[in-house]
Amino acid sequence: MSGDEAPKPTGFIASIVAPVKSVFEEIGILADLAFRAVFWGVRPPYRVPLVVAQLEFVGVQSVFLVGLVGLFTGMVFAVQTVYGFRRFGAENMVGGVVALTLSREMAPVLTAIMVAARAGSGMAAELGNMRSSEQIDALETMAVNPVQYLVVPRILAGLVMVPVLALIFFLVGVGGSWAIGVWGLSLDPGIFADRIKTMIVPSDIRQGLIKALVFGFTVTLISCRHGYFASGGAVGVGQATTRAVVWSVVAVFLLDYLITSMLTEV
Amino acid sequence: MLDATDAHVVVEGLVKIYGDRTILHGVDMTIGRAETLVVIGGSGAGKSTLVRHLIALERPTRGRIVIDGTDISSLNDVQLAKARRRFGMVFQKYALFDSMTVFDNVAFPLREQTKLSEKDIREKAMIKLKELGVDHAATLTPAQISGGMAKRVGIARALVMEPELLIYDEPTSGLDPVTSRTVDALIEEMRERFGVTSVVITHDMVSAFDIADRIAMLIKGRIVAQGSPAEVLAVDHTDVQAFIRSSGVDVKRFENRGNRKTAAELAEKARARKADRAG
Ligand SMILES: Nc1ncnc2c1ncn2[C@@H]1O[C@H](COP(=O)(O)OP(=O)(O)OP(=O)(O)O)[C@@H](O)[C@H]1O
Ligand SMILES: [Mg+2]
Repeated sequence: MSGDEAPKPTGFIASIVAPVKSVFEEIGILADLAFRAVFWGVRPPYRVPLVVAQLEFVGVQSVFLVGLVGLFTGMVFAVQTVYGFRRFGAENMVGGVVALTLSREMAPVLTAIMVAARAGSGMAAELGNMRSSEQIDALETMAVNPVQYLVVPRILAGLVMVPVLALIFFLVGVGGSWAIGVWGLSLDPGIFADRIKTMIVPSDIRQGLIKALVFGFTVTLISCRHGYFASGGAVGVGQATTRAVVWSVVAVFLLDYLITSMLTEV
Repeated sequence: MLDATDAHVVVEGLVKIYGDRTILHGVDMTIGRAETLVVIGGSGAGKSTLVRHLIALERPTRGRIVIDGTDISSLNDVQLAKARRRFGMVFQKYALFDSMTVFDNVAFPLREQTKLSEKDIREKAMIKLKELGVDHAATLTPAQISGGMAKRVGIARALVMEPELLIYDEPTSGLDPVTSRTVDALIEEMRERFGVTSVVITHDMVSAFDIADRIAMLIKGRIVAQGSPAEVLAVDHTDVQAFIRSSGVDVKRFENRGNRKTAAELAEKARARKADRAG
């Protein structure tokens, strides 16, 4: 029609090229939105009440959920590790190993997944609704930049709150594993605590927090992207919500591997 | 026709293509300062798409939009935000902010774009809500009010800034006849008091012939008739005739609109006000 578009490749080649192409397009869209968020985030007006509302939505309202998941994760890990380590008489190490796993992996990854499921889906649905009911256009018409008004506070909340929640996950998880190990599986409390102290070094906590920071940014960015650019009414908003959660989770696992291999010397 | 210096908005060869569907096939039009242009045309003709281009909510596939001598697609985000302070729009689907009360919706542009005190903002917003007869709903949220009320709140929110260019996308659809005439009167008042340039999309022929300085008729993305109400009525085009006839409006009524001020008289006021703002 318009003549200036490249002809679409067909058949076998297309079936390989198309998905690769759309992944790069997607990365382009995310990078563009991230760039705009930074550009508009650093310039006034700073919308403190909106940021506070998002901190509350992402953080405060997730504390209970994240704590609960953290508790059970810690408890399960205690049981499984004791089971495994007893085979070669290493159950003294359980406290340290559980804390290590929680700080480096479980806390940031599972927290990010919980935030994607709870807050990310909510963000995609809300922004998607605002897009389809022209509220985003209305903001723009009133000379309010919608990225600054809607996207920046949400990403900021992710950056701040996911690390905080991951730390809570870690502490509650260690508490849960201690409770199961000491009360349930009669490990020695002194040795349990001592192994945590000797095995956990600051870089373990640091790796966990760096991951949480990156995940917090990624999950909120992806969720905002799907809501902000949603199209197609109620059906479109539903799809946007699903995509936000699915792609957030995929991105978390992918980035988890990348960060781990960058920060870990084996 | 219009003197070039008097043109407020100029649309040149506007083409809009979504995917492989061409929605606008090269639209040309000029809107004079302090003039009310009414856009009529069937459902899906591209009217909303056309006016969304005027405030850069859409980017033209081809062609340009010149407002006050500036091609608005050449502006970056920051410049555009500045230019938009002079525009207002009433959206077809209201576009009220769900998360705010009716009052906060109307106060929103004042809070964002002016340095008025909260007391002045309250006063201004309540006056507009009262003019539209929805002041009693000020503390409700958009989910709690009817469609017609939401429409009026949307109008109040656009009018409260008294912008230089106001776009109304079907301001009277979903309103009862009495309220519709109130809205027509408000559109006229904005023009007479502040020399506002208005673009009004409507399916309501009574309102079209009451408020229009000029009418443009859009069919399938093309302007098929454009001119004063009398000129459009005289156009020898079956679609145009069918469209106006089937509305059943008494086409004689526009001829005795009394002592309505002309766009030229009001343009003076608009320019003075513009200089005032700049100074
Ligand atoms: N974002 C979009 N993507 C694809 N197609 C679109 C988009 N927006 C509008 N269209 C199409 O453009 C055409 C014109 O739509 P538009 O909303 O401008 O019509 P309209 O004249 O305002 O109609 P109505 O009187 O019913 O409001 C429609 O066929 C619509 O499907
Ligand atoms: Mg429309």
